[in-house]
Amino acid sequence: MIALVPREEPSATWSYLAPVFAVLATVVAGFLLFAIMGYDPLETLYHFFISPLTSRYGIAELVVKATPLVLIGVGLSIGFRAGVWNIGAEGQLTLGALFGGGLAIWLHESESLLLLPAMLMMGILGGALWAAIPAFLKTRFNVNEILTSLMLTYVATLLLSALVHGPWRDPDGFNFPESRLFPDAGTMPILLDATRLHLGALLAVVAVGAAWFMLSKTLLGFQVKVVGAAPRAARFAGFSEKRMVWFCMLLAGGLAGLAGLGEVAGPIGQLVPEISPGYGFTAIIVAFLGRLHPVGVLFAGLLMALSYLGGENAQIAVGLPTAATGVFQGMLLFFVLAADLFVRYRIAFGAPGKATA
Amino acid sequence: MSIDPVVLALITVIGAATPLLFAALGELVAEKSGVLNLGVEGMMLVGAVAAFATAVATGSSTLAILAAAAAGGLMALLFGLLTLSLLTSQVATGLALTIFGIGLSALAGAPYVGTPLTRLARLDLPGLSDLPVVGPLLFSHDILVYLAVAMVPAIAWFLNRSRAGLILRAVGDSHDAAHAIGYSVIRIRYLAVAFGGVMAGLGGAYLSLAYTPMWIEQMTAGRGWIALALVVFAAWRPLRVLIGAYLFGGVTILQLHVQGGAVIDIPSQYLSMLPYIATIVVLTLMSSGAARRRLQAPACLGRPFHPTA
Amino acid sequence: MGVASTSRLILSGITKRFPGCLANDAVDLEVKPGEIHALLGENGAGKSTLVKIIYGVLAADEGKIRWEGQPVTIRDPNAARKLGIGMVFQHFSLFEALTVLENIALGLPDERDLGALAARIDEVAAAYGLPLDLDRDVHDLSVGERQRIEILRCLLQNPKLLIMDEPTSVLTPQEAQTLFETLRRLAAEGCSILYISHKLDEIRALCECATVLRQGKVVASCDPREETAASLAGMMIGTELARPSPRAVPKPGDVRLEVEGLSLLSPEPFGVDLVDIGFSLRSGEILGIAGVAGNGQVELQEALSGEVPIDNAEAIRIDGRPAGDKGPLWRRAQGLAFLPEERLGHGAVPGMSLTENALLSGFGPKQLIGVAGTIRNGSTQAFATGVIERFDVRTSGTEAEARSLSGGNLQKFIIGREIEQSPNVLVAAQPTWGVDAGAAARIHQALFDLAESGAAVLVISQDLDELLAITDRLAVLHLGHLSEAFPTADATAEQIGLLMAGSGRTATGVDLATKQPVS
Repeated sequence: MIALVPREEPSATWSYLAPVFAVLATVVAGFLLFAIMGYDPLETLYHFFISPLTSRYGIAELVVKATPLVLIGVGLSIGFRAGVWNIGAEGQLTLGALFGGGLAIWLHESESLLLLPAMLMMGILGGALWAAIPAFLKTRFNVNEILTSLMLTYVATLLLSALVHGPWRDPDGFNFPESRLFPDAGTMPILLDATRLHLGALLAVVAVGAAWFMLSKTLLGFQVKVVGAAPRAARFAGFSEKRMVWFCMLLAGGLAGLAGLGEVAGPIGQLVPEISPGYGFTAIIVAFLGRLHPVGVLFAGLLMALSYLGGENAQIAVGLPTAATGVFQGMLLFFVLAADLFVRYRIAFGAPGKATA
Repeated sequence: MSIDPVVLALITVIGAATPLLFAALGELVAEKSGVLNLGVEGMMLVGAVAAFATAVATGSSTLAILAAAAAGGLMALLFGLLTLSLLTSQVATGLALTIFGIGLSALAGAPYVGTPLTRLARLDLPGLSDLPVVGPLLFSHDILVYLAVAMVPAIAWFLNRSRAGLILRAVGDSHDAAHAIGYSVIRIRYLAVAFGGVMAGLGGAYLSLAYTPMWIEQMTAGRGWIALALVVFAAWRPLRVLIGAYLFGGVTILQLHVQGGAVIDIPSQYLSMLPYIATIVVLTLMSSGAARRRLQAPACLGRPFHPTA
Repeated sequence: MGVASTSRLILSGITKRFPGCLANDAVDLEVKPGEIHALLGENGAGKSTLVKIIYGVLAADEGKIRWEGQPVTIRDPNAARKLGIGMVFQHFSLFEALTVLENIALGLPDERDLGALAARIDEVAAAYGLPLDLDRDVHDLSVGERQRIEILRCLLQNPKLLIMDEPTSVLTPQEAQTLFETLRRLAAEGCSILYISHKLDEIRALCECATVLRQGKVVASCDPREETAASLAGMMIGTELARPSPRAVPKPGDVRLEVEGLSLLSPEPFGVDLVDIGFSLRSGEILGIAGVAGNGQVELQEALSGEVPIDNAEAIRIDGRPAGDKGPLWRRAQGLAFLPEERLGHGAVPGMSLTENALLSGFGPKQLIGVAGTIRNGSTQAFATGVIERFDVRTSGTEAEARSLSGGNLQKFIIGREIEQSPNVLVAAQPTWGVDAGAAARIHQALFDLAESGAAVLVISQDLDELLAITDRLAVLHLGHLSEAFPTADATAEQIGLLMAGSGRTATGVDLATKQPVS
């Protein structure tokens, strides 16, 4: 007989151990999965997790992929803490890319130093506006934000597709569904020579620091935590739940928009129909793996970036389908959620009732 | 024999509605027991790929349908294991199930991309199927279409007339009270969640065997999420799920026909947005009637249950 | 053996542990056929745990149960019901969205035919004077009607032992009398009744045998009819009850809280609408609002605290300033403090430390926020420490999570947090609900001191004894209407009971029974 016994206080030790446990369990599950699929599990795991990190370029690529994940993950984790379930970050990312990228296409001959800052602002604005729709519907009509933000993701993807197939198509681009390349003044500066590591990485680190400060040192952060942990206590204290929905949606939307702009003004350099391999969804995993803590999100973002990089690497090296990355990410999220159990409960063996002695 | 184009359009509406109907009815039963499973999209995809792979391997559509049901059910049991036994957040776990299902179906389906498949056979009823208009419209569909429609009265009867259905509703209304009387909340929820998974799997099977008999990554295109919205739209009533599914099927087909007919000159993407925007509009209309509507939602929806807590 | 064969239920050495507490410590208990047996004790004495073990909801860690002479293991409530044990819970196990008939059917797993069941219910209901409309949804019913469902559900199984957990805490005095009639009739037919309560008068009136629990142990067995309320209380508490010193009727000061024409449509689907509520509360005064739960108390609390602002600003005035449309922050800045009924999750965040919970309502009045919205940790810590010291909160320190405190200690912390902000008006809901006697006395004293210092205190409570003991004036809430207030000293329990059942009139002269103005 195995019983779950609630702990009197959440275990501090387990709150650090749980993500580690989850990662290890995922590696073991991956080992089994690769073996079943007929790949040499050890070799595949090596190509997945280790070989991408053996070069300077590889590490830079890791940071490039972690950048949008961390930016979005930080925003989402604050929302999740407050009980705001924005899962449409992918759409907000797309709108950020559209707003900022649209500016670059419109001013494609500009050499102004102000172009990039303006694009960054537009990126944030685009993402925040897209997130404002579910926020408005939630606060005004009590519509579930999970479904609306997700539906808007499909709309955003179609909107991007319509624009790059139509009015924003590169006039000199042989009818490919792509916009023209952004001008140099509208491209993210590279931080490390001969890599694609760009300014966005720095912005992500700043976002992590700002979120940490906000959550642990300010009344605003306190409000986020109270609204999420005990909504009635928040009402008692006079914290407005609606304001919190707006704040969390706009913040996460803005950060997702910034991430999207960073992608199109960084590694991609133009608008194309597919600007993200699902960063907006993967960032949900990042937020949970990081235990909804900004610093945790930073590490989780790097780890999930490795799963993208490793997936590509393993495809080249041993021919593993890229879809394996998605399976890996899904499994990791399962294990993260399951491991969280040990923070709140302990497992007791023996007859029920006697377990508490 | 030539078929009236209007009838043809209506037939395609039925096709577009069937996967939604399956998935939404299954989710309705799970939600009535108090469990919110946001992994419908993932379960549908895994069902779709399981059906397709089985059909290609065995040539048997019966086995393909059973495989889809089993795959959807297994995915749901995984969700149940996490949320019911390990007490994880239902919202987060549902999202994980969808992410996992997208990855798993893409991985398993990779060898089948581009493989042709014969469409699931229509069950022609001698005599009836040959009737004008009514024949092709009502009596010339495949088994899954009939099954989906038949599930509507079956589930309505189960929930409102049977003792098991009463217990299921009771568990969704107050798991503490149900536990105090002596019902096994967890076991009942496992069954309801598994049923939801089986139905989502069947919805996926319809997509890959009949609606577009092929395998494409993420071929559900958000239908799992629309099914979730349909349950809200239907205020947790099976008959209204039927109406909702056929309305949404209608929107989807209308959009395709406008595109195909090129009546209006707008890029196809804008028309493709219609089902998603319609979902948002419908959700808004349904949710704003606040208090009265909330009566319909099971009171324990999404709340975890730990018997000794 | 001779005794055992005539006894219906014998418990011996029942022990049950929970994390951090020994709920039952080697409890022995014997119930005879046809006996009304009281299980008496303070909140937290272990009464509810013990009956949950008898009913199979909880499993004992140690000890034996004999049922009609045979040793039994009661694995779950189904097993208990098969033996003939029925239980009416303090918090009803009812399904709001289902009908009365469906609710009863769920408790009777062997009843397949709802039509036949309905006929049987009507029969039993008539026999015991428990009328009910079987097709109504439970959420439409009053608390008394809900209790009838629970009792009927038990009676339909022809129980040999009926357990009643605090049944009168939700009833008017008159409804309680009707219930006693039903119980006496059942006992006369041979059914044993195990009656849990901490109300001494009703136990002396109803029961012929009592077992007293204190801190999980049996400390006494007696015939309550031969005891006085004071001697029973002594057994329950272990010492003489420390009553707060009686206070002189205060001189009326300035009006601090004025409520006039307060009406509110409840935002909740099953809520009660408030209709034209009016009262005024003066400096130095304690006003009580009595009433059976579910008559608009929650809505009134939310309207007064500002959690649900109302359109009519003039309906609520704090020190003369219109406040009806303002939120909790504004009202707190005006000196209104609020003590919610629910401690965990409403008055305090369960998973947060006492320091953080001190911040929850104290950040404004105690100026705990510094530049750029940052939290002043030192001041917050000092505020929490001060509350803990001055209100004798037993805890491991300011970093302890709110949920780790006992009910009484957490309540002392919350009330201390509000009082330390020197409010002009305190609205306190159920200030001593589920709190041990020592903490209750401490809390009542704190309310007296606050009134003494010139604040106005409003106490909304279902505990009539508490209101009679501490308030200066009383009003009664019934179906969202409030009666006019009257001096507590002039009130009798019978008069208040009638008001609780809905006869009487409001401050504006409307008859509560007919809702028509009285000429």
